[in-house]
Amino acid sequence: MSDNHHHDHPTGIKRWLFTTNHKDIGTLYLWFSFIMLLIGGAFAMVIRAELMYPGMQIVDPNFFNMMTTMHGLVMVFGAIMPSTVGLANWCIPMMIGAPDMALPRMNNWSFWILPFAATMLVAPMFMGGHFMSGQGPAFGWTFYEPLSGQNDKLAFFVFAVHLLGISSIMGSINIIATILNMRAPGMTLMKMPMFVWTWLITAFLLIAVMPVLAGAVTMMLTDKYFGTSFFNAAGGGDPVLFQHVFWFFGHPEVYIMILPAFGIVSQIIPTFARKKLFGYASMVYATAAIAFLSFIVWAHHMFTVGMPVAGELYFTYATVMIAVPTAVKVFNWTATMWKGAMTFETPMLWAIAFVILFTIGGFTGLMLGVATSDFQYQDTYFVVAHFHYVLVTGALFAIIGAVYYWLPKWTGHMYDEKLSKLHFWMSTISVNVLFFPQHFLGLEGMPRRIPDYNPMFADWNFVSSIGGFVFGASQILFLFIVIKTIRGGAKATSQVWEGAEGLEWTVASPAPYHTFENPPAIK
Amino acid sequence: MAEQKYYLPQPSHWPLVGSVGLFTTTFGFAMALPSKSGDPIGSLAMMYIGMAILAYMLFGWFSTVIRESESGKYNAQVDMSFRMGMMWFIFSEVMFFAAFFGALFYARQLSVPWLAGADPGTNELLWKGFEKSWPLLSTPEMAVKPEAELTFAKAKDVIGAWGVPFYNTLILLTSGVTVTFAHWALKKQNRSALIFWLLATVVLGFLFVTLQAGEYGEAYKHLNLKLSSGIYGTTFFMLTGFHGLHVTIGATMLLIMLFRAIKGHFTPEHHFAFEAAAWYWHFVDVVWLGLFIFVYWL
Repeated sequence: MSDNHHHDHPTGIKRWLFTTNHKDIGTLYLWFSFIMLLIGGAFAMVIRAELMYPGMQIVDPNFFNMMTTMHGLVMVFGAIMPSTVGLANWCIPMMIGAPDMALPRMNNWSFWILPFAATMLVAPMFMGGHFMSGQGPAFGWTFYEPLSGQNDKLAFFVFAVHLLGISSIMGSINIIATILNMRAPGMTLMKMPMFVWTWLITAFLLIAVMPVLAGAVTMMLTDKYFGTSFFNAAGGGDPVLFQHVFWFFGHPEVYIMILPAFGIVSQIIPTFARKKLFGYASMVYATAAIAFLSFIVWAHHMFTVGMPVAGELYFTYATVMIAVPTAVKVFNWTATMWKGAMTFETPMLWAIAFVILFTIGGFTGLMLGVATSDFQYQDTYFVVAHFHYVLVTGALFAIIGAVYYWLPKWTGHMYDEKLSKLHFWMSTISVNVLFFPQHFLGLEGMPRRIPDYNPMFADWNFVSSIGGFVFGASQILFLFIVIKTIRGGAKATSQVWEGAEGLEWTVASPAPYHTFENPPAIK
Repeated sequence: MAEQKYYLPQPSHWPLVGSVGLFTTTFGFAMALPSKSGDPIGSLAMMYIGMAILAYMLFGWFSTVIRESESGKYNAQVDMSFRMGMMWFIFSEVMFFAAFFGALFYARQLSVPWLAGADPGTNELLWKGFEKSWPLLSTPEMAVKPEAELTFAKAKDVIGAWGVPFYNTLILLTSGVTVTFAHWALKKQNRSALIFWLLATVVLGFLFVTLQAGEYGEAYKHLNLKLSSGIYGTTFFMLTGFHGLHVTIGATMLLIMLFRAIKGHFTPEHHFAFEAAAWYWHFVDVVWLGLFIFVYWL
């Protein structure tokens, strides 16, 4: 049926609006997430500017709260999640020898909901008088009831989350169907690249928990506008119920953001260590174990809410158990590098930084996971430092590494090695200047989500802000490098990296519009 | 040239139309909900326009897919992708209901007992005199506030399990059987039996919805049992309401299958759309059993 192929696709804007091509859609996802990264980053700059000195300097408290809230929401739902979906779109079909995603039109829909959802999310910021008094979400990215219920424009937030959820669920269904149904003959499950495995499990997590998040925000909506009492004790409900429902989504959500990063690092390290991934099977099982455990540890986010002691103990033990499969992964990455013929191209630098810095975030996670010590750290900057180590130097570093790793395959050009190394070192030094002092601030007792603070916290906040501005500026350099690579540069070979293995390195660079029209042979 | 194995669909404008529809609907709805600066009339108009766009998208997108399917473009692999898509979609729906069942169990097992004194501080300080019961007709607020100041509607009674809800259970279970008869007929190429059993299923489905709507009217008018009757009314209406919505969607899907069956669509080997609708129908059936047991009966 040759008419199924080589059909002309529309050009210009219509190409991007109507596309069913996994590479086009991957590109859309990646650019969307990059724009969101810069917007969320701008919000972070406002936060760091206000916190640079004690006292109120730049913004009023409501606007500050809006910045912390929107920074979190935009980064989680706009930057990290869509970027990994973009990578999945670009890479999974090529890695498993498929012509495209299983459900290409739905793939288009998954993406094109996102800009509308983002518009819905930021719209209330511009409602209600002047900008500083906007009515955008200002209740923290975790939108705890009953505080969130007091927001006048709550419905916009609720529907934004619904739209994001629809997008994520359809995207995940597509990824699962692609992986389970579109693999080239011979590509057995245990031959799949780790990135594919991690996304298979991530997609399962997404389908399992995004509907629960949809349920949570629906309950918020009906509580506020239709008189229900899910989170209202006067009617027999309980605001703590919100936290349970939210974190039943929220804890798997953190693995939704980090598992694809694990997959990326498991692709990059073997390439530049020129060795096969150490302990492939254990890597697969560890990923599955982490996913399973992620469903039964949610209340470690709410140790101080008032829980029975048995609950505190159970959630402590279950939580620290996650350290076991995670340690298996860190061990395997290290063992892969052990006695490898290592070279340090830019993607490898990001991957190594990931292994070290993510592990720091993992260790502070253990400290927070133990109820008795968490009582001390709850709601302090220590928590902020912890999750920025796992999400910035963890998820984001891996994603940036992935961009450098696959950029030659996507564009056909090598990136500027000097500039990219500058980008790496600027980012890695500044991100530690930015977040490491926040551990100290937290241990000293500085609460999170405040625009002003006791002068005793002034010194480290100043240091942190300087780190923040440099880290922010470094990402502008990243944007410049990406654009420069798209526009030109040394020609990339099909193989790109000497030690790279996998089907995506067997096709030309840039990868042809339709990759595999007939199934490739798998060794 | 060897026969090509893969099928790739043409680019399509329907997804974008769907996104515009979703956005218009929800943005209009959000603006219509009570707020200081809302403009309900214009906002509601926006919402209805959005819904019309969504309906147009669903009609257009499915027409395209049906046309492509009937012209034999879809191979076994595409069929399997559709199956997986539907299966995981239903799984996501299960998880959506799980959130609300979770809220129900939490209220029954934890929050109501706590408010009634299992957690002594809360009861002593805030809701002195509140006692636990299920179905919860008297909310904590009613224990401490005079009748005139109540924010919750005081329900006189609840809908019993063994009246209409029990008949509705029989209706849904029967419809699960009739849809299976329809499937058998389809496989045996007995078109008139297919149409008959499918029609029976659709009728039973809409009968269920009608009876349910009657119960809602009864609850609101005579029992004063409302969404705002505290946590019992909340969980009762939210769970049965979302279920009713899903029954309506499922019955509509089956109705479309009925029209397609009348038009001569489907072959014994190739009838995934029918199966998807049937799976969905069994899903709403199973959810109902959970509802009947935990919302109405126990």
